[in-house]
Parts: sequence; structure tokens; C-alpha cells
Amino acid sequence: MVKISRREGRAAQLIEHHDFQSLFDVLKAKKYRLIGPTVRDGSVVYDEVARVDDLPVGYSDEQEKGSYRLNKSDDHRLFGYGVGPHSWKKFLFPPAVRLWQARRDDGSFQIIPEDYHAEPLALIGVRACELNAIAIQDRVFLDGEYRDPIYAAQREKLFVLAVNCGQAGNTCFCASMHAGPRVTGQFDLAVTEVINGESHYFTVEVGSPRGEEVLSEVPHRPASGEEKALANQIITQTAASMKRSIDTRGIKQRLYASFEHPQWDDIAARCLACGNCTQVCPTCFCSTVEDVTDLSGNTADRWRKWDSCFTTDFSYIVGGSIRSSVKSRYRQWMTHKLATWIEQFGTSGCVGCGRCITWCPVGIDITEEIAALRAEKQPATAVEAAKEDVSYADV
Amino acid sequence: MQRKNKPTLAVWKFASCDGCQLSLLDCEDELLAIIDRIDIAYFPEATRTVLKGPYDVSLVEGSITTQHDAERIHRVRRASKVLITIGACATAGGIQALRNFADVKQLVPMVYASPKYIETLNKSTPISDHVFVDFELRGCPINKGQLLEVLSAYLHGRKPNTSRYSVCMECKRNGTPCVMVAQGTPCLGPVTQAGCGAICPLFQRGCYGCFGPAEVANTRALSEQWKALGKTPQDVMRAFRTYNAYAEAFRKESDIHGA
Amino acid sequence: MLMSDAPSITAPTASDRISDPMLPSPYRVQRARWDTDDTFSLELVPLDSDDIPHFAPGQFNMVYVYGVGEIPISISGDPTRRDLLVHTTRAVGTVTRAMSKLRVEDMLAARGPYGTAWPVAEAHQKDIVIVAGGIGLAPLRPAMYHIMAHREQYGRVVLLYGARTPGDVLYRKQLEQWRAHFDLDVFVTVDRATGSWRGSVGLVTSLIGRAPFDPLNTVALVCGPEVMMRFTTMGLEKRGVDTKNIYVSLERNMKCAIRLCGHCQFGSTFVCKDGPVFRYSQVQSLLTKWEV
Repeated sequence: MVKISRREGRAAQLIEHHDFQSLFDVLKAKKYRLIGPTVRDGSVVYDEVARVDDLPVGYSDEQEKGSYRLNKSDDHRLFGYGVGPHSWKKFLFPPAVRLWQARRDDGSFQIIPEDYHAEPLALIGVRACELNAIAIQDRVFLDGEYRDPIYAAQREKLFVLAVNCGQAGNTCFCASMHAGPRVTGQFDLAVTEVINGESHYFTVEVGSPRGEEVLSEVPHRPASGEEKALANQIITQTAASMKRSIDTRGIKQRLYASFEHPQWDDIAARCLACGNCTQVCPTCFCSTVEDVTDLSGNTADRWRKWDSCFTTDFSYIVGGSIRSSVKSRYRQWMTHKLATWIEQFGTSGCVGCGRCITWCPVGIDITEEIAALRAEKQPATAVEAAKEDVSYADV
Repeated sequence: MQRKNKPTLAVWKFASCDGCQLSLLDCEDELLAIIDRIDIAYFPEATRTVLKGPYDVSLVEGSITTQHDAERIHRVRRASKVLITIGACATAGGIQALRNFADVKQLVPMVYASPKYIETLNKSTPISDHVFVDFELRGCPINKGQLLEVLSAYLHGRKPNTSRYSVCMECKRNGTPCVMVAQGTPCLGPVTQAGCGAICPLFQRGCYGCFGPAEVANTRALSEQWKALGKTPQDVMRAFRTYNAYAEAFRKESDIHGA
Repeated sequence: MLMSDAPSITAPTASDRISDPMLPSPYRVQRARWDTDDTFSLELVPLDSDDIPHFAPGQFNMVYVYGVGEIPISISGDPTRRDLLVHTTRAVGTVTRAMSKLRVEDMLAARGPYGTAWPVAEAHQKDIVIVAGGIGLAPLRPAMYHIMAHREQYGRVVLLYGARTPGDVLYRKQLEQWRAHFDLDVFVTVDRATGSWRGSVGLVTSLIGRAPFDPLNTVALVCGPEVMMRFTTMGLEKRGVDTKNIYVSLERNMKCAIRLCGHCQFGSTFVCKDGPVFRYSQVQSLLTKWEV
């Protein structure tokens, strides 16, 4: 299930735990603002970190459907927890951003472009699923006919320090989505944290010349075969211990054929349509615009804000909303995430991070729902519908 | 822009605590800008100047609790081109609508020494139960920024950017971790309309539902989750019976759990 | 707002717009007129260049009214005229009502054009059937202009147009002119006749059966309310037109028009990029479902 990195053949390096701060210092000296996991309000969130001590040292988490708790232990593990309520998308795709301003003057007006300056950010502790989520949003925001200049500006100024997961959270299912737990794709450095008796170290994989350059300034040494093997074993164990999964075989056709499935009504009875799943999702990219004026009317700003397909206004056209029922909104979200996304962007929209499961206030679980859709309580007509629906997939 | 024909504004009070009107006075910095664009023609709370109607915009605070007010609101409607209700009292009946769940005749002697002087209706009802309302601005109290937004939208002929979706959307934009998920704190946010800026979760409290039901309010599913978090039916009933107790979605839910 | 907060004003350049596709360009209203009681047309001239951006029939713009908002509106003008941008729309929403109040010399802004076009080139040597309902004639007018300008490249050309009442008939004068062409068949019908209406009464779909075209060698362009398009395509299919040769124009909520905001999704398509003009066979199965 786990993809093996191309770079694995290269000699892995090793940073001792007590030298990890030096990695922070080097990045800071290179003018990066460091963003990483830190504890706030009972959660691991992503925010500015200055020192290794700002990380959730010794913390682990317990995640379940609609539930998240942190536990503190005495060990000095830096990355002993899974992903929290934040994702990195808030830095690349800000929750609210001004797109431009207009100024009125004597009956005419002028549009003033925004200067989308981005500062160099070093993302500390990016997990495999999250790296895949960024790669997916790259396709959304950068690979189309039109690029999002805000995303593009920040994307060019990222240093990515990825982390292989040493434990699988209860709501994780990245292995089944081929999106983890082993880090693959575009990163600068990727580390695996190992605590073995008295020793505490990080094996390091170099993913870019920039990563190489940073590493060269941090105390390190080549990892021994045994140290490497231990790190590998940790990742393999993480994958093996993952409890949840999604069966992705034929998932597109299955979802298209399930348009009238009774399970959608079942979900709608539980779903709050609050939008939480879409907001915590690291790939959800929907936004809306708002035009605001001051009282004088002399300036008019246009803002872009995160939006959600669970809102009524999302599909509003003259005459009413296209998706007025909660059932149709959940169906849109899940069908988009797991099926139509593949046709739009050549990849699934789901990386199996489990955030939508943990952070759903009523614990709706996408892995359970897709399993229920696959179960044999299909109406008889659905099989016929499946045949008709081939053209849906061809669109 | 021409300043000659400034639109006139009237502010009316019905049964309420005045808190929402005060949001207008609270605008301070923006108050000058408002006066620059709008003639405040009737606002007893702020000025003795009384300009005659009709008024271009009326802001109505408070609920209808007396026969006199039930008649007065029709005169206000007739005198107003645009009528905007502000606050939970005006949009849902307010905290005083708690009496709608009891018999007012039994309540009056408990409150007043001389009940015979009290003339009141059985129920406290929102303005929209009595007259056509052009726009409802929710909140207990209303959010100052939203009030300015509504006035600004009116002045420039656009739709106010006041969302009808859940408080959760604001929490997420703020980056506030969900208090219900991360701390097991019961929260009305998922069924409550956004607009306050999700203040309570920012301070690690659950949402109290000050802005009333969101466009979709699956209160049934939320109540089940509250019970899973250890809340009793009595707790659930009380949570829904506050400032927006008489708003339909909240009223129905509280009735299910309430005695 | 304090003036010291004011940003320095520098007009966006062409390269700004390439790097920032959400930036609109300024236009001046040259002419404004009501086509019907609730529908109006604006003729706009660009303020920061000589020509409007080249557009193909069926494409749309995002039109911004200062301080009010931005909405998608199809382009209704003659595609060969580069000096003038024409939009026809109904005053039904906040932005369109604000647009309807604009006067000559007023300013607005627009960006585009976006989306797919009517297949006017692919339809060479074929019969053309244009079926429009109500305001649906507006996005089809550029196709009519194109076809009439290249009349010799097409077979028979038929325009079937339905409006609710005679007062709702759009582009009346133009319809009269087109009707006068000997090589163009124009049929107009209304749902409800009033006053001196002497034309046909009934749904536009009722015109399909007797319209003069060869179903096996026809390209049909259809635009109107979704229900009307559904019945029109049924009628065309019944006449023997292949669904691959029927094209429809769809409407969905749009906030960006550049495939980034997610609002206009319709199945796996983005209406702003894969539409608004679709081959009917592409969207047939979706159009027969609710709440897609």
C-alpha cells in the first residue's frame, strides 16, 4: 500500500534529538518564519514556533468519531501525536483575504490590486497525508488555466520539513488512500523520530538541494543500517496498525450509482450541515466572495472567504438553491471528494487524514458511510441506474 | 456623492433591554460617518430631535408584549419604507418569550406587587408575527459590525453580508479548535446562525445560541450528541430556552425535552 | 475612513490582470435601454483599451457594479464588433437591479470572457435550429449574428423563440429584421397572448414538430429555463436529432468563473470552465436528476 520513495536509496542521515533545535536556528537564520504544531485550547494547532520546546513535547492524542483529547507523558517525543484541527491550507489558502479595493472618485472608480506578498515559511512537521493534500491543492490552484496568485505566491516560499508518522490515530485511513503514512512527494527534509532505550534521534531524508543545504549546517551524521531499519520499521508498523480504511476499488462508479441510495437520508438525519468537515479538510478549496463598502461608499473592498458546500447559499441561483436538502449537500461533498474529484484533477480529493471524522461534532464517519453505501441495501433500481450513469463518469 | 437627500432613520423600541439600540451608539468612530450619510430622525435614546415621518429606514428593537405595542407596530410599519428588526427580542420574542411556555396569569403575581395594573399579552412575539419585515438582524445583542454592514448595504443598494450558516464556519476561520470535540463542552454553535464572530468558543465556552437558529438547524441530532456528552434532557431544554427560546427550531426542540 | 489609510492609487496594468485573474477592467456605459418590463441591455465601451477582449458566442463575463457585487452574465453583442460589449439581463437580483439603474457615462467593471461557446464552426454545412426561452435568447444572439454573417456556410437556419407574454419578447426589432430574411425561418410563440398579439400561442416546444430542418443533419442550440431545455431536447430527440448534436447552456452559482471557487460544480464539471455550453449528451443523465 505504501509508496516507496525514490530517494530511499540515498544514504539516510541522522540528527540527534539534542541537535534538533539547531535545525530551527538554521531555518530562522535563513529568514524563514517557523510554523509548526503547538498546543492551544486542548488541541495541537499549527502556529508560529520559535523553539523545539514550543512543539507539543510528550503529547499524544486520542481521536475518535467526534472526539479529540490530548494526553501528556514524561517522554520527550516531539511528534507523538496525529493531525489536529488545523491544516496547512490556512497558510496557502487563507480563511479570509482581500482580493482588491475599489475607490470612488467623482462618479468613476478605480480598482486597486492587492500586493500578495508572501513571507518565507518553514512548515515543521508536515505529515504524509498533509503533503499529499498540498500536492492536491497544487493541482487545484496552480494547474488550471487560471492560477490563484495568493496560493502561488506563498507556495513558492515554503520550506517543508516532513515527518513520517510514528503512530496511527484512531481516525486515520491514509494507507488505504495511498497517501501515507510514509512521506512521499515534494519536501525539503523528511524525518522519522526514533526513541530506542536511551537514544532519541531523527533519521533524515533529503528531498531537495535546499534541504541538503539546511542539513549541511545542522550537526548530523550518516545513519547506520540498524538505525535506518528501526525508523523504517516504525513507519511500517504505523501503516499496519491503522484501523480505518476506504475501499477505493471502483469507487467512482459506485458513488455515481448510489445517487438515490437510502443511506443519504440516513446521513441527513444525523448531519448538522454545519460545514465543519469541509473547513477542517486539508483539500477542500471552496471559497466565496463578499463585497463590502464603508458607510461613505468611497471605498469598496472585495474579500474572499472559505465557503462550504453545506451552506444554503452555496448553490443559490435566482429562484432558489439547487441543493436545498441536507442529503443533497452531503452527497455532493462525498461524491466530489471521492469520485468527481478524480475526473476533475486526476486524483482523489481525500488523503485519509481523518479530520472530517474527528471534528464532526456528531461523529459522522466517511469510512463508515462509504461502507454503508457499498453494502447490499441498494434499491433494485440502483443497478439499472449504474448502467445509465456511465455518461456521468464520461462528463 | 449628493448629500442633499440623506435617507432618514428612525429607531423604535418595543419590549427590550435597549442593548441593541446601544450597539448603534456604541459605534463611536463610525457614528460621525453614519450621521454624515443618514439623518437620524427619531431616536429617543440618543437625541430629542424628532423629525416627522415617513422614514426611509426604521430599526425596530424589542418584541410585542402588550396590546398597545401590537397596534403601535402597525403605525411604525406604515411610517417606514424599510423596516429592519434588530436583536433577539424583535426577531424571536427575546428572553421574555420564556413566559410563552407558561401561563402569564400565574407569572404576573409572582413578579408584580399589584398585578391588577399589569396589562400584558399572553405571549411575547417577534415583530414579523405582526407586520412585514424587510430584514432581520439577529443577536443578543446584535453585533455592531453587522449593524454597520446592514446600514452600509442599505445605503449602497446591495445585499448585506450577513450569513445564515452556522457559527462553526466562523470558529473554523478563526482557527478555534472545536470545544465540543476537543473538550466535550456542549455547544449550540452547529445549529446557531453565525454573526457574533464565534466569541464564546474563542474563550473556550460553548455557544449559547444568541443569534438564533441557523438556516439548517438539526437540533435533534445535536441534542443526541449533548446527551452522549452527559447532559440531561433538562439541560438540553434549558440550553434551547434562552434569548431565542421562541424561535421555531429552538422552541420545538426544547418542547421535546422540556417539562 | 481616514485618508491616511488610503492606498496609493495605481491603475492595474494588463500584466496585473494576467497575474491576478480576479481583477476586473473598467467600462463606461454608452447606451442603456429596457428591452422589456424587466429586461434591459447595456452597451459598454472599454476604458483602458480600444477593444473589448475577443469573445466567442455563448461565453460570459463577470460583471461588477461598484460597491454592490459581481455576477456572471452572458455576452449578447455581435462578436465581430470589438468596440462594444453588450449585456442583456433581467433585473431580478441585487446586482442586476443596480445595473439597471446605471445611466449613460456611468462606470462598471467586467472580467472575462469565460466558458465554452456555441459550436458555430463545427456546425458548418448543417441545418441550425436555435431554440430559446425568455431571456435565453440573450446568450444565443451572438450565435445568430455569427451565423447570419456567415450564412452561406450553413444549411437551413431556424429560430424558435418562446416568451411568457408578448411584452416579454426580447429584441423585438431584431426578430422582425431576421424574420424578413428569406433564408431564415423565425417562429415566435408566447405562453399567454395579450392585446394585439396575432402570433402563435403555446410553449416553444410545440414549434419543434413542424419546424423545417433535417433532423439527421442538424445542430441544435438551446437556451432557457432548465425545464424548458429538458422538454425541448425531448422534442428534438423525438424529431430524430442526435443528443450529440444538441447543445444547451446551463446556469449555476458562480463566484470566481475561473474554476477555483467550487460553486458551479455540476457532477464532475465546472460550469464556468466546462460550460456554460454543453453537448446535451454530456449532461443528459445529470439534468434528469434533482439537486445535483
